[in-house]
Amino acid sequence: MKALQRTFRELLRYPSAVIGLAIIAGLLIMSIYAMVSIPYQEALRLWRGGEGVWYKNPKLAAPEWTNLFRKDKLPKSIYLSSLDGSASKEVTTDAKGNKKIAFTYTFDYPYAAFPQELVLFFTSKFSAKKPYAAITWITPEGKSIRVAEISIDQSTVYYFSQDAKLQRRLLDVAPQVGLFVNDLKAKNPSPLKGTYQLKISANIFEADADLDAELLLYGQVHGLAGTDHLRRNLGIALLWGTPVALSFGLIAALGTTITTMVIAACGVWFGGWIDQLIQRITEVNMVLPFLPILIMVGAFYSRSIWVILAVTVALGIFGAQIKAFRSTFLQIKESPYVEAARAYGAGNFRIIFSYLTPRLIPLLIPGLVAAIPGFVFLEASLAVLGLGDPTLPTWGKIINDAQANGALYQGYYYWVLEPAALLLIAGLAFAFLGFSLDRVFNPRLRGM
Amino acid sequence: MTEATLPIQENPEAPAKEKKTTSNTLTRVGRYMLVRLATLFLTVVVGIYLTILIANMGGKVDGIIRGQIAENVGMRVGVDPTTRSMTPEQKTEHIQALIDLEVKRLGLNRPFLLRSFAFLKDALTLNLGRSQYMSSNTGSRQVRLIILERLPTTLVLFGTANLLLFFVEIFIALSLSRRYGSFLDKLFVTASPLSSAPGWFYGIFLLLIFAALLRVLPFGGMVDAPPPENPLEYALNMLKHMILPILALTLNSIFLATYTWRTFFLIYSSEDYVDVAKAKGLSSRAIERRYILRPTLPYIITIFALNLIGVWTGAPIFEAVFQWPGMGSRLIQAVNLFDTPVIVGLTILFSYLLAITVFLLEFVYALVDPRVKIGGAGQS
Repeated sequence: MKALQRTFRELLRYPSAVIGLAIIAGLLIMSIYAMVSIPYQEALRLWRGGEGVWYKNPKLAAPEWTNLFRKDKLPKSIYLSSLDGSASKEVTTDAKGNKKIAFTYTFDYPYAAFPQELVLFFTSKFSAKKPYAAITWITPEGKSIRVAEISIDQSTVYYFSQDAKLQRRLLDVAPQVGLFVNDLKAKNPSPLKGTYQLKISANIFEADADLDAELLLYGQVHGLAGTDHLRRNLGIALLWGTPVALSFGLIAALGTTITTMVIAACGVWFGGWIDQLIQRITEVNMVLPFLPILIMVGAFYSRSIWVILAVTVALGIFGAQIKAFRSTFLQIKESPYVEAARAYGAGNFRIIFSYLTPRLIPLLIPGLVAAIPGFVFLEASLAVLGLGDPTLPTWGKIINDAQANGALYQGYYYWVLEPAALLLIAGLAFAFLGFSLDRVFNPRLRGM
Repeated sequence: MTEATLPIQENPEAPAKEKKTTSNTLTRVGRYMLVRLATLFLTVVVGIYLTILIANMGGKVDGIIRGQIAENVGMRVGVDPTTRSMTPEQKTEHIQALIDLEVKRLGLNRPFLLRSFAFLKDALTLNLGRSQYMSSNTGSRQVRLIILERLPTTLVLFGTANLLLFFVEIFIALSLSRRYGSFLDKLFVTASPLSSAPGWFYGIFLLLIFAALLRVLPFGGMVDAPPPENPLEYALNMLKHMILPILALTLNSIFLATYTWRTFFLIYSSEDYVDVAKAKGLSSRAIERRYILRPTLPYIITIFALNLIGVWTGAPIFEAVFQWPGMGSRLIQAVNLFDTPVIVGLTILFSYLLAITVFLLEFVYALVDPRVKIGGAGQS
């Protein structure tokens, strides 16, 4: 315990170790937060849910914080509903028992760009006669524009941009632009800032019928992380990618290094055909192309992250490391204390586990930590190839989606940069820590 | 350090003796190589057999092929006018008979163990069969052609990049070891963890900066479409497409490799015999060449070969990101199309390339390192 403390104190003398440890701590907190705030099943449901889950989000919207770097602010989404009271709803009944409902949606629009789309979601209850709604748009200058008159089913979705009649009335300017400008013939239109109003007056022909409507103005920025082509909040995948990446890296690095160490120790201690067999397996393994085999496993059998992890560990055990460990063990085997242990009659496994392997730990730890980024990136690489776990949201999957949808060509840089930055940060943190550990455990390097 | 005794062995005093050592070296290397070739061949056989087993574990590939046969036969019978008069039972029987015939023709009815050896023979002779969906640029369905036509492009990119990086890194490392402790030296040491990110990863960043934002370099591919007809322009165009991939590989490897080599050179330059050479008044160039580079040569070559191995196996993603039409991106295409013969064929070819690399490594090793003896302790 004392030795551990001393090592730790010595480690803190290296700035790169402090940075690495701080980042790793941050990532751990992020993983715990992800797992607590969005339980696994919920994360899967959200990530694999389609339009039904995410209909309130804009498509391909950049993160909100990008507005900080922009002079002309991009619009956020605006959601007003008569269900939650954010829009006013007045019901009047006339003498004949016909109901009239007036909805008013009032919102402020201070942005310098147009929204992606305007949508009205109607939900109504009626038995035979459909409600009928007239929609009017009022600009900050008080100009009133007739939008549409529609009859409404149980649930009707009205997309402003798909209404050809409205577009014709707006002199062939797309409605999400035309409704926000003063001069429809302007060359470079910019939206009029101010308070807008949308009014719906609906006629309902049954006494117990009812109608509600939600107005959704899809902005161009959304949330902390932005959204992808399926309106999904990238934040979920970024958050959940953290525990996935960390656990994959840690388990793979621990699994390969420790198994390799034990196997190398057994080979050296028992010698003879066991040693020969281990050596030959290592040579065969060196000829096996690692990535193509992983790709083959991913393509033919299973893309489950656990299967890929198992194959990674299995192929990693008999790598170049085993030879390095073997040569060290060969030296340790000849040391007097091992001979002493043999003399007092220690069993084979006692010698291997209490005398041989502990001596290798100082050599092992820096390598183990430094190996983690490789595995984190491996998982991302497979996901980028489209061989990632189909259920889990991971960093690599986001990059894969972004690549498949041409994010770089089309300028959705945030889509690639966010997961890439997280990957780089996580990778560098472990690399820096491993680098400093190497110096703490191998004093010979310190002068260099 | 056992390496310290090296130069004494290597510096023969009389020229006559030197001649004898050379012929000795040749027979030694020759014998060594023959044995290594034999063992390596066995290793390759086992490795490829394992690849075949993995590729067909649990008969899954057989299942795919059987499914395809059933589908093809079903379709053929469906459009065949002579089967129209048959009753449904007759039709099923007819289809089953056709399927059985096809299964027998492909040899799928034999036990897997027997077939696996047949596969092994085919694989070793690079008789990789015919693809299911893909075809080569010349229109052939031969898996071997589909794969081998992509070998030169992969070699051009990674060969150029690796050779270039190899010499640049050694050059920088040597000059850094001379200026140990300088700002540049510290920069390389601090930046060395950057190599933990793979090349494709830097590729994405570079594409973002140079292709998407600045629009000065292409997004990927090997030449513009349509390719220029003049050979000189073609070469220049290809060079332009190679800038970003090579830059990505450089970012990936240069810091760590330079750091390791510089450390290695530093360790070797603190040996006693280097001090002696300095005391003798030899020029620093001569010291570097004779007393630092020469004893570290085996190590340098190992790193180079390991780099090559990393390139063979890491190429798929890298090529996919840069849309480089090499073997790696062919593998990705094959995976996306689920073209089993091509995937297996590529894996086998990668095994071969790895084995050749390992063999060449040992050959060069035996040439430069006199300690490598057949069956000796140096063979670890």
